[in-house]
Amino acid sequence: MKSLMTCLAFAVLLAAGCSRDSSTSPDAVSMNSGDSSGSAKGDFGPPQGEPVKAMLTSPPNVPPPTGRSAPAKVIVELEVIEKEMAISEGVTYTFWTFGGTVPGSFIRVRQGDTVEFHLMNAPDNKMPHNIDLHGVTGPGGGAASSFTAPGHQSRFTFKALNAGLFVYHCATAPVGMHVANGMYGLMLVEPPEGLPVVDREYYVMQGDFYTTGKYREKGHQPFDMQKAIDERPTYVLFNGSEGSLTGDKALAAKTGETVRLYVGNGGPNLVTSFHVIGEIFDKVWFEGGARFQENVQTTLIPAGGAAMMQFKLEVPGSYILVDHSIFRAFNKGALAILKAEGPENKAIYSGKEVDEMYLGDRAQPNLAAVATAAAAASSGKLTVAQQIKAGQALFAGTCSTCHQADGRGLEGVFPPLAKSDWIAREPEIPATAMLHGLQGKITVNGKDYTSVMPPMSQLTDDEVANIATYVLNSWGNPGGRVTKDEAAEIRKRPPAK
Amino acid sequence: MNQLSLAGLGRLAALLFLGMPLAGALAGESGEYVAVPGGVFQSALRYEDVKDGVRIASFALMRAPVTNEQLLAFVKANPAWRRDRVPSVFAESRFLSHWKGPVELGPQALPQQPVTWVSWFAAGAYCEAQGARLPTWSEWEFAAAADETRTDARRDPAWRERILDWYSRPSTSALPRVGLQAPNAYGVQDLHGLVWEWTGDFSSLLVSGDNRNQGDADDTRFCGAGAISMKDNDDYAVMMRVAMLSSLEGADATANLGFRCAKDLP
Repeated sequence: MKSLMTCLAFAVLLAAGCSRDSSTSPDAVSMNSGDSSGSAKGDFGPPQGEPVKAMLTSPPNVPPPTGRSAPAKVIVELEVIEKEMAISEGVTYTFWTFGGTVPGSFIRVRQGDTVEFHLMNAPDNKMPHNIDLHGVTGPGGGAASSFTAPGHQSRFTFKALNAGLFVYHCATAPVGMHVANGMYGLMLVEPPEGLPVVDREYYVMQGDFYTTGKYREKGHQPFDMQKAIDERPTYVLFNGSEGSLTGDKALAAKTGETVRLYVGNGGPNLVTSFHVIGEIFDKVWFEGGARFQENVQTTLIPAGGAAMMQFKLEVPGSYILVDHSIFRAFNKGALAILKAEGPENKAIYSGKEVDEMYLGDRAQPNLAAVATAAAAASSGKLTVAQQIKAGQALFAGTCSTCHQADGRGLEGVFPPLAKSDWIAREPEIPATAMLHGLQGKITVNGKDYTSVMPPMSQLTDDEVANIATYVLNSWGNPGGRVTKDEAAEIRKRPPAK
Repeated sequence: MNQLSLAGLGRLAALLFLGMPLAGALAGESGEYVAVPGGVFQSALRYEDVKDGVRIASFALMRAPVTNEQLLAFVKANPAWRRDRVPSVFAESRFLSHWKGPVELGPQALPQQPVTWVSWFAAGAYCEAQGARLPTWSEWEFAAAADETRTDARRDPAWRERILDWYSRPSTSALPRVGLQAPNAYGVQDLHGLVWEWTGDFSSLLVSGDNRNQGDADDTRFCGAGAISMKDNDDYAVMMRVAMLSSLEGADATANLGFRCAKDLP
C-alpha cells in the first residue's frame, strides 16, 4: 500500500490539472473478482486526520481521485438553485439544480469515509428541497434529514459503506417533478484501492424532460405534468440541454488514451440504452457496481441508476454518445460527442476507400442490354440477339445463384440448364418453371433432383421471354425463342400440379 | 353548520360589505374581507377520519394578502413586533429584513407589495389584532380551488398548469402589488401566482414532505387525528403547498411567503 504522502502528492498532481500519472495503481482486484462483502466490510473505522472539504465539479468534469488510504471525514456543501436555463436553442426551462447545473455537482469520496453533508436551499428559491443519495445507508437515503425550506440549510452525516457509482436526487413532493426539473447527480464511492488510473474521466447523465410546448418550440416552456405522468417526454437529454456536449463543448480526448465515462440516468421515467457509436466499451462496471463486463456495445442504465464504462481510443474522429432507443437521439436530443484527436490509424480503420454506385447483381453495363431490349420490344424490332443479351443480364441475377453462371447447376441439388435433355425435349420448360415453379422429383441428364423451385412470377413477361430465350440459346441447348406474348400465355396457364 | 341557502349567502355577503369600509379595499389597515360560503370540500389530502369530504363553515377571507403597509401599521402600533425587538422564538433573524428599518419600508418593500419575510407567529399576531385569525389549511384550499368562474376548477388541466407554472419558477424578480390579478369566483384575489401563504394550522400538516412514503406512514410523525396523505396524486400544486408549509417552523420567514387573515362568520 502506498504511503499517505505519496497518495497526497498524487492527489495534488491530479488536482493541478495533470490528468495522467506515470505510476500505475494496482489493478483493482476487488473490482472484478471475489466477494467484497459490501457494507459489512465497508467500515474502516473512525475518520482520521483533519476533515477534508470535498471538491465538487460541474458536469462533464469529474473530481480527481481521492488518493486517500485511510477513512476521512469529508465535508460536502451542495446548494440548491432554481434557475432558468436553455434546454435547447431558443428554448428556456426552469431547472431546479444541485449546484447550479443539470446534472448536479459530481461528488467523489472513498469507501469508509464519513461524509458530513450540508444542503443549502437558496433564499430566492420557491420550493423546499431535500436529497436522497443512493450511496447512503439509512432510511430515505438522507431525504427526511435534509428537508430544507428556501433560505435554510440542513446537515446530516453518513458513512459511505458501499463502493460504487450512485445517483442522488431530490425526494421532495412532488418527487417526479423535482426529478424532472433536473434534480439529480452522481456520487462516486471509490473502493479502498481506488479505480484503475485512466487518462480522462467524464461525467454524463441522461434525463427526460416534459414541456408544454413541442420539441424545440421556442420561448419559455413550463413543465407539463400530464406528459410526465404519461411518460411522453419532449426532450431526452445528456447533461440537461441539447448541445451541452456537442460542437465546442464536445468531450475531448486523444488517440492512445483510455477514457472512463461515469454515466448516470436521472430519469424520471426512461431507461437508457447507452451506446457510443464507433467504440466498444472495453469494460463496463454495469449498474455502477463492483464488477465489470468486457467488450460491451450497449449498456442498459435504469432510471435512478448508473454505470462506469472505459475504452481506449485507437482511431481519431467523433464518437457519438446516444441513447440507442434511437428516436430519442434523433428526435428528442439524446446526443453527445466525444472527439478524439490524433494521427489516422489506417491499419485499424481505413476510412472510406471506395465510393461507387452499387446496383446489386444487376451491374450497370448489363442493365443497358435490358434497357435496349425493352426499347426494341416496345418498337416491335426486338431481335433474338437483343433478347439473349438482355436475358443474360437478367440471368446473372437470381437465376445464376442456383443454376450457376455457366448453367451447370449443382449436381444432385440444382438441376443443370446446360445441355439439358429436358429443355431439348420440352423447350417451354424454362418459361413454365420460371412462372409457376417446380416441385417434386425430376430427372435431368440422368440425375434426380428434388429441390423446390419457387415461382418467379414477379418477373415481367418481357423478362421471362428474354431469360428463356437466353437459356435456349446457351450452353449447347437447341436454340429457339420465347416471345413476350408466349410468356404472357404461359403465365395464364394453371400451374402444373 | 349546514350549508346556507344562496339567498342567505347573498344577504350575508351584502351585510359583510356594508360592515367594511370600502376604502379599506386598497389602503386600509385591516384589509377588505370577502364572504366565502362554506360547503363540503373534497380535499386533495386524505384524512382517515373524514369519509365524505371536509365540512367547511362559511367564513370571511381577506380579498388580498396583507401588504407591507398594513403590517407596518401593525408593527408601529405593537412595537413588541419590531424586528429589532421581537424574541427570536417568534421570528427568525431575517424577519422583515427587507424593510429599510424596524418601522420604515424603504425601496425593497413597497407599500402595496405583499409582506414577506414574516413568521407564522407574527402573521397570527397581526390577524388577532384585526379581530381575525389565520385561515385554516382547509379554508385556504377551499377558497383556492376556485378560478375566475368556478368554485372548484381543480380538475381542469389548464388551470392546474397555470398554477404550476408560477410555483415552479424561482422568485428572483420583484413581487407585483397585491390585487392585480382577476378575482376568483368568490371575489378573492392572489391566492395563486403571488406569494405562498401561511395557514393557521400549517404545523399539523402531517403529509410527509417526501411523498414516497404514502401508505407507509412513519407512525412517529403522526398523532391524534389520524394519518393523512395525498388523495389526489395529480394535484401537484397542492402537494407543493404541503411540502412548502411542512418544511417550515413557526419562527421561519422566507422571501416569498406571506399571509392573509380570515374571520368566522356569525
